[in-house]
Amino acid sequence: MAITYTSGDQVEVYRFSIPATILIPLTAIFLQAWLPLKLHFFSVFDLPLLVTIGFATARRSQLAGLFTGGFIGLLQDALTHQPIGLYGISKTVVGFGASSLGIKLDVENAGARFLLTIAFYVIHEIVYFMIGRGLVGLHMEWSWSRELLSGLANAFLGVFLYALMDRVKQRN
Amino acid sequence: MESVLGRYRNLIVLVGVLFAQVLGLAVQVKRTTDIESTRLIRVWAVGAVAPFEKMLLWVQTTTGGVWHNYFYLRGVRAENRALKQEIERMRLEQVRVTQDADQARRLQSLLAFKEQFISQTVAAQVIGSSGSEQSRAVYIDKGESAGIKPDMAVITADGIVGKVLHVYGSSSLVLLINDQTSGVGAILEKSRLQGILRGTPSGEIALEKVMSDEAVPIGEVVLTSGGDRIFPKGLPVGQVTKVSPGADLFLNIRVKPAISLSRLEEVLVVTKIDERQAEPDLSGTTRAADILAERLPTVPPKPENASGGATVSVPGTPTNGPHAKPPADAKPKVSAPASTANAAAPVVRKAVTPGPSSASDVSKAAPSGGVKTSPKPPKPVAEPEAQPAAQDAPQ
Repeated sequence: MAITYTSGDQVEVYRFSIPATILIPLTAIFLQAWLPLKLHFFSVFDLPLLVTIGFATARRSQLAGLFTGGFIGLLQDALTHQPIGLYGISKTVVGFGASSLGIKLDVENAGARFLLTIAFYVIHEIVYFMIGRGLVGLHMEWSWSRELLSGLANAFLGVFLYALMDRVKQRN
Repeated sequence: MESVLGRYRNLIVLVGVLFAQVLGLAVQVKRTTDIESTRLIRVWAVGAVAPFEKMLLWVQTTTGGVWHNYFYLRGVRAENRALKQEIERMRLEQVRVTQDADQARRLQSLLAFKEQFISQTVAAQVIGSSGSEQSRAVYIDKGESAGIKPDMAVITADGIVGKVLHVYGSSSLVLLINDQTSGVGAILEKSRLQGILRGTPSGEIALEKVMSDEAVPIGEVVLTSGGDRIFPKGLPVGQVTKVSPGADLFLNIRVKPAISLSRLEEVLVVTKIDERQAEPDLSGTTRAADILAERLPTVPPKPENASGGATVSVPGTPTNGPHAKPPADAKPKVSAPASTANAAAPVVRKAVTPGPSSASDVSKAAPSGGVKTSPKPPKPVAEPEAQPAAQDAPQ
């Protein structure tokens, strides 16, 4: 596993086609809503979050990262009955953070992506928990063990998902 | 100044976007009952996802249908036989329950008691979930166009599911009973203790507001109380699985739902509930003897030139036979020798006696719908003979 510090000029920046930019988040949200009905364990995963991280680390643009995260999060919020903005804010933060880290670090290899996903999953959950509890007044329980295990599961899935996304990204 | 703005441009945009979202969230939290402010976003999101979900459901149903209808027919005959036996058994059970219900209605009418009846439902299929563990809700494929409205109860044959929260054109969002924002009025079946069912953050169901000095046994059935004005009274909710002392003098009661809320496929939306005063059913009830008689061979027709006797008809048998209409002057005649019929033949003799007197006789012989017999045989001659038939019947 090699996590190397690189300057902004050294890292490669990628972009995605418009169909991929629209269809990948939509598919992720659709699968997130549909698969838990058939495979109950799938509710552990957060596909929209993985897609947010995948886009942010590939594009390496903070603005693109935060807007992509915000858009995906708001769409995910709209399918729930909770106030819109909980996932929006969490994924905006993650999108911005992942793209910022993508500029500084080489996150092209599987090990770096694995660790990055665990870290951002936990950050996402912390932000969600704080807003949900502090602003919306939801009764939520925090469990480090559960969050870390979920983070691990998401990281495993993320490594495969990022590999799939690599196939559709284009060098800028 | 410009250089500072340029340098921190991305950070300023981030703060601006976050601020806008927090502001929007605060507005929504303040106006908790108003969903109109975010309706457009929700309609777009549901409109983008629901068609794919419906398409996938259609593909799944079609392929599943081909498999089940053409390839997976092994054991269907045996299953059919078993189901027919089950229907027979349930029909007998139904008679008993009907009589109990009639009795209850008579008592309720005396008390001017108003009942709630589910008079109309719409069947719907679950097409998706909210995709979040903090929002335990599912989408169904019926919406405004099918007459669905917010706050309608959603149930299955085994128990309650939740209530309709948001309605869109051709889909609706159903809030499950294990969501932490849901609340259902509930009552314990035997102890008649009332409480409120709420979802927990981990997706379990808790019965709240039951005082800690009450005794609640594990396994007691929980029903809807009707107090929430959404679910009619008496629908099954689940069973008590854990009881422990809770905070504020209330018990901490966990309830296992009667249905698996994570494996929902088809549900019923209660679109109409009638509330009317109970009235005793005066139209006459079906007797267990009638049900049993249907299973027996019909009595041979009486020759037309016979005089002084009546043609015998078996209640419940088709009336288009030669013995369907007895002559007006006919007297009842019992003509089913026990040797020719099976063990239930005496019931035929009992059942063939027309008129109200026979009904009263049978009800004497079988006070609970004719299935159970009186331990002390009553005086009429035919009474004891009803016993073996009734005992054979459920098998």
